[in-house]
Amino acid sequence: MDLKDWFASRQKRREIQEVITQPLTTEEYCALWKQCFQCRELLYTRDLRTNLDVCPKCDYHFRIGALDRIEQLADENSFEELDADMRSSDPLNFFDTEAYTKRQDEASRKSGLREAVLTGLCKIEGQTAALGCMDFGHFGGSMGSVVGEKVTRLTEAALERKSPLIVVCSSGGARMQEGILSLMQMAKTSSVLKTFNDAGGLYISILSEPTFGGVTASFAMLGDFIIAEPGARIGFAGRRVIEQTIRQKLPADFQTAEYLLKHGQVDMVVSRNKLKETLARLITFHQGAGTSANANNSSENSNGQGSSEPKPLGARN
Amino acid sequence: MATDKKPIPLEFEQPLAILAQNMDALEKQLSDNPELEADLDRMQEQYNSLKRSLYLNLRPIDHLAIARHPQRPYTRDYFSAWDPNWIELHGDRKGVDDAAMVGGLLEIDGIKVVAVGTQKGRTLRDKQHCNFGMPQPEGYRKALRLFRHADKFKLPILCLIDTQGAYPGIAAEEHNQSQAIAENLMELAGVTVPVVAAITGEGGSGGALAIGVANRILMLEHSVYSVITPEGCASILWRSNDKVSEACQAMKMTAKEILQLGVIDQVIKEPLGGAHHDYQAVAANLKAAIVLQLQELLKLSPKEVRQHRQDKFRAFGSFR
Ligand SMILES: [Zn+2]
Repeated sequence: MDLKDWFASRQKRREIQEVITQPLTTEEYCALWKQCFQCRELLYTRDLRTNLDVCPKCDYHFRIGALDRIEQLADENSFEELDADMRSSDPLNFFDTEAYTKRQDEASRKSGLREAVLTGLCKIEGQTAALGCMDFGHFGGSMGSVVGEKVTRLTEAALERKSPLIVVCSSGGARMQEGILSLMQMAKTSSVLKTFNDAGGLYISILSEPTFGGVTASFAMLGDFIIAEPGARIGFAGRRVIEQTIRQKLPADFQTAEYLLKHGQVDMVVSRNKLKETLARLITFHQGAGTSANANNSSENSNGQGSSEPKPLGARN
Repeated sequence: MATDKKPIPLEFEQPLAILAQNMDALEKQLSDNPELEADLDRMQEQYNSLKRSLYLNLRPIDHLAIARHPQRPYTRDYFSAWDPNWIELHGDRKGVDDAAMVGGLLEIDGIKVVAVGTQKGRTLRDKQHCNFGMPQPEGYRKALRLFRHADKFKLPILCLIDTQGAYPGIAAEEHNQSQAIAENLMELAGVTVPVVAAITGEGGSGGALAIGVANRILMLEHSVYSVITPEGCASILWRSNDKVSEACQAMKMTAKEILQLGVIDQVIKEPLGGAHHDYQAVAANLKAAIVLQLQELLKLSPKEVRQHRQDKFRAFGSFR
């Protein structure tokens, strides 16, 4: 489904949901009400949505999908998707208890997505940006060839347009079903980020619940800025693997965003309702930084020509 | 080197070991009963044909067993074989010297290189000291500073890989294992000197790749390379600990299969039965291949060699 259609049809679906008059089945009940995982409060789904899927009582950040994320971060109708049709093939002919191809179809049916990342160009508070959003709901957000390729192409698109690159990560790690080729995506994305970095590109990585394994150990940790969402669990090895290896209980806050902040691994932990604003500020701060264009822009602005943007008080003549 | 030690037979080699035992017993009686000579000859023939067929039809999990053989040559064995006077360099310059990652300066057939490699231990104490070949972030940062040294002095980089993966532990997470690996991937992608990597045993996931972003990647015949350990794969996908063989097969992790997938450039022959049967032979084979690759890559300009590496990794992936 096209993204625009999706947004349009979602509005319709919401309306349909509200005219149900029969007694609710559990599933429908769940669609209307959601219990907060943290404070156990029963929340009305509509209220939760307007609050960006953050619990109004305890600030618990619910996991959200790529489409919701795009809606929250990109200016309205500004998102133009890249490589929308790219799909994974089955290079290993992988079969565990089921064929990989069948698992892919299942994943798509559940998530409504073709792959675990959506990439595209958009505006964020009026500024062009290349935006990639991963979706844990599709195949555990795992990185196979398509995720690696889409992130790589997005970086190349940002490089070409000299626009900032923003990737919202959410992943269980590499996709085992594509074997060694999944592993190579770590090197592929890191390699193109090296080129992007050397060219002076600004890359902001956002770590959301959960970000692990091959994604953390490649592009997620290579941002000029690394922002984590409150409560998100982020790490290299999973909690269970570590517990089995060291045979020891781990601290409760182990691998949370706040824990990473304490250990100097992320620049900041930012609440979802401040995320867009924070991104916009970081982008603005670095616009033309270190170039003469910076000076030109500011002199233009101080002349007030063609600029309708609000200026800080101190900048007024 | 441990070449003189008798190779410890692996589980799948048991039929061979039993036959060898019988032959030993027969040989002892030979002086009393010279007529046994013919039987012994026949058994020797049997032994040879069984050995050949056994090693021709190895299952992926058999390769794994050979790759993990406790007598398999490790990074230090290769470094010493290639350059007995190699200069070891220690530490990440930030507080730690991780013994699971070895680094230094080597001269191989007249080519000076900066070499790094993961190191497993031989004795129990040694193993613990080397953390069973699983580096902490500090090990990767040690490699990183050596990569930078190589780039500065225009010395080619050689990486030997034999690790189950980066260590999963509390300190490793606190010191940002992910970032250490990611930074190495980025740095290796950018260096302007030739990089050659060889997987000599286990190539375990991101912890192996962190020293594996190379212009040329070689694998020893019985080594393996995978996105996750087969045990990890079996426990996640099959939810079972006794599906390791299936996981090995499904992931396509043997040298031959990885070559077919186009991820590596060359498979290096091992002595019959595996590298642990003859250290000198495998060290010589690997050295010859590395030298050849380095000589080819040294013909490229710094810019070209970097572009070559980036193009190589840019092309990995399978999609429609
Ligand atoms: Zn709550």
